[in-house]
Amino acid sequence: MLKLLSVRLVAMAVGLVFAVAALWALVVGVIALATEEPVPHAPYEKPNDYDWSFSGPFGKWDQQQLQRGLKVYDEVCAACHSLKFVAFRDLEQLGYSEAQVKAYAAAKQVPGIDPNTGEATMRPGLPTDYFPSPYPNNVAAAAANNNAIPPDLSLMTKARGDGVNYVASLLTGYQEPSAELLAEYPEAAPGPGLYHNSYFPNLNLAMAPPLTTDGQVTYDDGTEATIEQMSTDVAAFLAWTAEPSMIKRKQTGWPVMIFLLFATILAYMSKKQIWAAVKPKK
Amino acid sequence: MSFPWARQYEPKNGLTKFLDEKLPLPRLVYNAVGAGYPVPRNLSYFWNFGVLAGFFLVVQIVTGVVLAMHYAANAQVAFATTEHIMRDVNWGWLMRYAHANGASFFFIVVYLHIFRGLFYSSYKAPREMIWLLGVVIFLLMMATAFMGYVLPWGQMSFWGAKVITGLFGAIPIVGEPIQVWLLGGFAPDNAALNRFFSLHFLLPFVIAGVVILHIWALHIPGSSNPTGVEVKSESDTVPFHPYYTAKDGFGLGIALLAYFALVFFLPNALGHPDNYIEANPLSTPAHIVPEWYFWPFYAILRAFTVDFFFVPAKLMGVLAMFASILLWFFLPWLDKSPVRSGHYRPLFRKFFWFGLIPAMIVLFICGGAPAEEPYVILSQIATAYYFIHFLVILPIVSSVEKPEPLPYSITEAVLGSDKTMVKGENTAPAV
Repeated sequence: MLKLLSVRLVAMAVGLVFAVAALWALVVGVIALATEEPVPHAPYEKPNDYDWSFSGPFGKWDQQQLQRGLKVYDEVCAACHSLKFVAFRDLEQLGYSEAQVKAYAAAKQVPGIDPNTGEATMRPGLPTDYFPSPYPNNVAAAAANNNAIPPDLSLMTKARGDGVNYVASLLTGYQEPSAELLAEYPEAAPGPGLYHNSYFPNLNLAMAPPLTTDGQVTYDDGTEATIEQMSTDVAAFLAWTAEPSMIKRKQTGWPVMIFLLFATILAYMSKKQIWAAVKPKK
Repeated sequence: MSFPWARQYEPKNGLTKFLDEKLPLPRLVYNAVGAGYPVPRNLSYFWNFGVLAGFFLVVQIVTGVVLAMHYAANAQVAFATTEHIMRDVNWGWLMRYAHANGASFFFIVVYLHIFRGLFYSSYKAPREMIWLLGVVIFLLMMATAFMGYVLPWGQMSFWGAKVITGLFGAIPIVGEPIQVWLLGGFAPDNAALNRFFSLHFLLPFVIAGVVILHIWALHIPGSSNPTGVEVKSESDTVPFHPYYTAKDGFGLGIALLAYFALVFFLPNALGHPDNYIEANPLSTPAHIVPEWYFWPFYAILRAFTVDFFFVPAKLMGVLAMFASILLWFFLPWLDKSPVRSGHYRPLFRKFFWFGLIPAMIVLFICGGAPAEEPYVILSQIATAYYFIHFLVILPIVSSVEKPEPLPYSITEAVLGSDKTMVKGENTAPAV
């Protein structure tokens, strides 16, 4: 009994120490809050909600859109951004034939080894090759881009909150900062080599506006290439590169859910029946 | 041990007779989760989560072993092999999403299991050992989950590893050498990744071992029940099979529906986007947050923002975080109320629903939020309450509270009367 009492007394003492320490931190924090001016941060905008063919549990890829997006990546983004987790063979999922993929890969130069001399060289790509990086290494990438290394785009839409909407919004979000914003937050003015974008968390982005004029890319399917159209197409393409299995995943999910629902109903009914004998009658 | 009315296993054919003589595995199963285990007849659905926790442990081991066949624990390629699993391995995406969300579901069901234990005081005599082993399992789970999150070698993997191993650096004098020893270097790198992978593979089997002890210890007094009144006669119990196998089957169906809804339709909802960026020691994420199941404890860690006398704030936070879980080990001796179930404890119940549960919700939210106001202040209030609740309120309440009258037996609680009831015997609980 004495032992039990002492366990409880020690516990109370320990509890009080932690509680007092936490409340002491609270008091100091409240005083600091009351006396210190908070540092204001210029607000940035939440991404717009776009209507994607692949969103929702019944979503499907729009292969035409993915093909257009590939073209935007190819002609605009690929100048600076790698796509290292995507292989040319994956492009068959976009509706291209094997021969088309072969021709597409062959038009790209990838690093190789000269079979005669063993020296590093460039060779035409094969379907098994991955998209080549525009820069030989990160040092070269940084040197060519004002020290900001262009990130790999393979996983971009998964690596940002609300990723697809964010990418599409960002690409259309370049504009001059408004006079009111600069009056309130002078530090929000873009520094040298930076560009104002209202969707970027600190408003100043090292990437120059990549899509600047309508018709910058000529689509094969005749779709009019507005900046909005190109932005959403390439964002959709990047949603595919980030998770090529997304639609297969959702399509696999339905039979699993329906089976489980059926099995759960059966399990409930057998549980009811088994328990009927011992449940009190109401 | 079991109740005298427990059904006895009888081998029926040649094979089971042979087995029963040489290695009585069928008998073991019969007595553990079969008709030979009498269980209180009044268990609510809160008693489903033990079985579910065991189920998700198996899910984690099975998916984890498959993932380990395709993963490489090397800082140069770990991120790429994770993507290789997602893209090139047949059904690799399913294995990885099932494993990542399986961890979340393991924690969800274990938290509900612990919640059940706290409300119904399942930790009280004669079930102290079950509770102690349960806390050990929870600690092992936390270590395993933390190390597993490091393996994809994304930004949160790297920075999480840095922050958590950095906690040991808060220990005076020996802290930094311990941190370097744990990591095998001055920062998380290949050495740390390799040992985390090794331990992440080992610990689930250690957990499985402690789970066996946990169930063994459970089978000595038998399951508790929502009234907290111990089993008195045969009419208080039903055999585990078929009654609770059927009920657990239904519970498992519901759990799987929720689990696969997440795996197939929102597989990244509980993860952090930054972990799809490859680890970069030169770029710190804006907000380093652990996985959601660590948020309450992370909030306690961060609540201590100023030095307390001679104890640095960081050390205080680390001590508080570890203490917040280790104190669970002492619950059986802190709460000395003879009544187990919260249903019959008016004062305990008030502090539980209006104190502990809101405090845990606040800690959960604050742990996932950036270290800004009002989250810091809220987490400090909730942290103070958390310690006061378990270490001060619980012992005092158990002394001063006047419990409500208990039913004579489980049978009486269910049926309204009990034929075995002895006239004149009071309803004081058997402790």
